Amino acid sequence: MQLDVRLPMGWLFLSLGLILLGYGLIPNESMYAAHSLGQNVNLLWGAIFAAFGGVTLLIARGKKN
Amino acid sequence: MVTLSSLPLLANAGGSAVSAAASSIKLSLAWVDYLVLGVYFAFVIGIGWMLKKHLKTSSDFFESGRSLPAWVCALGFIGANLGAQEVMGMAASGAKYGIATSHFYWIGAIPAMVFVGIFMMPFYYGSKARSVPEYLKLRFDEKTRGLNAVSFALMTVFSSGISMHALASLLSAILGWNYDLGILISGLVVLVYIYTGGLTSAIYNEVLQFFLIVLGFLPLVLLGLKDIGGWDGLMKNLGLYSQAQNMPGAWSQSWSHLGSASANPMGIEWFGLIMGLGFVLSFGYWCTDFLVIQRAMAAKDMNSARLTPIIAAIPKMVFPALVILPGMIAIALMQRHTGDLALPPAADGSPDYNMVVPTLLAKYFPHGMLGIGLTALMASFMSGMAGNVTAFNTVFTYDIYQSYINKKASDEHLVKVGKITTVVGLLVSALAAYTAREFNNIMDMLQLVFGFVNAPLFAVFLLGMFWRRSTGHGAFWGLLSGTFTAVIFNGLTLPVGSATGIKGGWIAVEYVFKSSMAQSFWMAIFAFAGCFIGTLVISLATKPNRTHDELRGLVYSLTEKPKSEARSWYARPAVLGSLVLGVTLVLNILFW
Repeated sequence: MQLDVRLPMGWLFLSLGLILLGYGLIPNESMYAAHSLGQNVNLLWGAIFAAFGGVTLLIARGKKN
Repeated sequence: MVTLSSLPLLANAGGSAVSAAASSIKLSLAWVDYLVLGVYFAFVIGIGWMLKKHLKTSSDFFESGRSLPAWVCALGFIGANLGAQEVMGMAASGAKYGIATSHFYWIGAIPAMVFVGIFMMPFYYGSKARSVPEYLKLRFDEKTRGLNAVSFALMTVFSSGISMHALASLLSAILGWNYDLGILISGLVVLVYIYTGGLTSAIYNEVLQFFLIVLGFLPLVLLGLKDIGGWDGLMKNLGLYSQAQNMPGAWSQSWSHLGSASANPMGIEWFGLIMGLGFVLSFGYWCTDFLVIQRAMAAKDMNSARLTPIIAAIPKMVFPALVILPGMIAIALMQRHTGDLALPPAADGSPDYNMVVPTLLAKYFPHGMLGIGLTALMASFMSGMAGNVTAFNTVFTYDIYQSYINKKASDEHLVKVGKITTVVGLLVSALAAYTAREFNNIMDMLQLVFGFVNAPLFAVFLLGMFWRRSTGHGAFWGLLSGTFTAVIFNGLTLPVGSATGIKGGWIAVEYVFKSSMAQSFWMAIFAFAGCFIGTLVISLATKPNRTHDELRGLVYSLTEKPKSEARSWYARPAVLGSLVLGVTLVLNILFW
């Protein structure tokens, strides 16, 4: 059986999401004010990436079982 | 090979690379951005290594063993097309032409994708042909296959070179990276994952790239929209901008200004747009280009193959929001005159629209997200390269090497040839990239030649699949007559403000078009007509070279109509395709 593409996809987005989340936790108001209209997009989008990755992994696991 | 819009966007890609060199945008990356890039590259290469053990036969390497589910093939289908030309070129067109750029999707790509899924895929997949040129051999004859295979192989490898050049130039301009390093990294990464994992690896990576591009660019659109004051703010500022250009409403309405070529920034009227872009170019690309068709042919069964382009059409319908809207936002921000945004100047002093995406990345993405945005941008360039290289290695191995050089090659030998061809293809791409860097006119010339060869193709496929009387001689000479028509058309016409030469008018300037896009669309119409008439006349004048038995499975009237066994409505190609067309119609009306 071939590799299920959802596995690398899930791990990739989970990894990238955690990196963004971790970086977003470091306070840096001036950077966000200068770039993203004052919003901590790293925290928000990190959570979205991680959630997407996690759900993809769960689907892949469900399929395997 | 090239994106759906063919000529205009290819020109954008080359242009972006060159103009980027003079760009004033400079980005500096933090450790977190490099970490994001590194993690992505590790996954991309890792996929190839993990698939390596599954590669046993040439079918595994070139066709994914015809084993993939429809949704994976569909995302590969759309991902292979989601190159830099799409991401950067469409944003540039969004800025330059406004919402009318959505015609590339809503009358261009979507109807063609539904058509190929419902009507043409049964012949490609059902005939067991391993490539589009091989289908031409089965349907017509060896010389028609040879002509298509050689021209396609050349075009794919040079198109890959254009992507490589554009990526290296962009990285050099905005990050200050060494040009050679950009070529080396992009070439090596693509080489490793195709060499080790074949077509499956390319498709899997295209799936990853698809989600990365969608999720990576979505916050760019959302932040831009918020900044400009939401949809109302966008429309208000685009309204002011279009008034200043003496074309009120032209940037925010897609159909209302197509009554005459001078009433819209594309410089085209409705007939040229519908026939040139909507019919000839779009159907020609989506229905005959092996780069995308190869993804559907990797599907596990006939129903999945037919569903592939139709499922791909679903995200494609809403892609204008992701790739065109950034360009419209950039123009609206510039219109607001608050110093919000300034595109760097192009060589002629006008705003360099090709730099919309890098400019917005620099403006809205802080470190962290900047790494994601750049990774998505690099992913788009590499998906374009990989799509071309996988199509190239398959066509070269099956349609050139096995057909003309070593007819008795073993299966194991063909895999070796495919791998060597992958290396050679990327080396030639790099050579093309360096050539483009030194002599940009050579790439303009190549793109023009691609246009001559591509424009008539759809006529031959249409007649081949739906008119059983068409013959091998008719197809071969029809293709040549279509190309000849395109060459003559180019020699007699010129876009306004252009010098005679590569842009046209090198025989005599008999007609001046409002834009080069209009010239491209009308050239496609003439080339299609030339090929159609040529194939028709020569077929009637020559004897059929295939019996009805030989044509079974290759021609509509002699083939049993495929019946979908799927129970669910959404797994039936005709039902899903009709729904997609219905929603597309609504989108056209909403943004009329």
